[in-house]
Amino acid sequence: MNNINLEGTEDTPKIILDPNNNIFEISGRSLPEDCATFYKPILDWLAAYEPSKKLNFEIKLDYFNTASSKMILDMLIRLEKIKNKGKDVVVTWYYSEDDEDMQEAGEEFSELVEVPFEVKSL
Amino acid sequence: MEQKLNYIFELHKTLSTENVILVYEGEFSQEITKSVLSMAEKNMETTNEDLNIKKKVFNVMVECLQNICKHSEEFGSDNDDFNTAIFMIGKEVDTYKITSGNVIYNNKIEGLKAKLQKINSLDKEGLKEYYKSTLSSTELSEKGGAGLGFIDMARKSGQKLDFEFTKIDEQISFFALQSTIARNA
Repeated sequence: MNNINLEGTEDTPKIILDPNNNIFEISGRSLPEDCATFYKPILDWLAAYEPSKKLNFEIKLDYFNTASSKMILDMLIRLEKIKNKGKDVVVTWYYSEDDEDMQEAGEEFSELVEVPFEVKSL
Repeated sequence: MEQKLNYIFELHKTLSTENVILVYEGEFSQEITKSVLSMAEKNMETTNEDLNIKKKVFNVMVECLQNICKHSEEFGSDNDDFNTAIFMIGKEVDTYKITSGNVIYNNKIEGLKAKLQKINSLDKEGLKEYYKSTLSSTELSEKGGAGLGFIDMARKSGQKLDFEFTKIDEQISFFALQSTIARNA
């Protein structure tokens, strides 16, 4: 599978999906106007991916809008499906120290999917 | 001599009295949204605002601005009188006030009012549950919204949303919405 490597912009996050180096990471800000179009390639990629080793998906978002929250949930649901095929999947949600809203957001997402989920301060 | 430009002084006085630090009136787009956000962020940086407050203000601004963008597309570009809106940020000693105003069709008022009243009737826990259930049950609408914007604005501001509808004619009304964020939280 081709890697995904998107540079972050002022309204879209940096995204790396790189199985060879075992890096799966989304970071920065996510507030694109058309979230569905922006996230479609990411969701398609995750739907097709079959990991051969443990997949640690790291979310290090600084900020996301509500339309992105729907897309984040969809990514987590894709990861849940991978886990349900018997693969080893862990999601780690990082928040800046003292950022209570992002900590709470991570905890809420963890309650919405059945995937091993850690919420950690950076 | 007649003072043709006197309205500028009047406008300046009004904005100063209302402690408005930023106002934008016109057509809204994602590019405008980014510019407005960047100006507001710079303003908060120069005043060394607390990180959590800054992020809450940013958050509420994004939802508010993107709501207006999505909404104004409904009216289309051939309806210039309707697809402009106003957005402003007021900063007082103890609060930020984020206010928007745009034209809506009268037949949208009922649904909008019901949604805002429901949000205002909920406490912190109730809003959290409403957010989670809306998030897991809705698909993105065609306009790209997930119906979560107002709930998020209420959660991040921690206060009731103020809103008013002013009838313009049989077809349309003006919808004003204000979120208040405490500065010394």
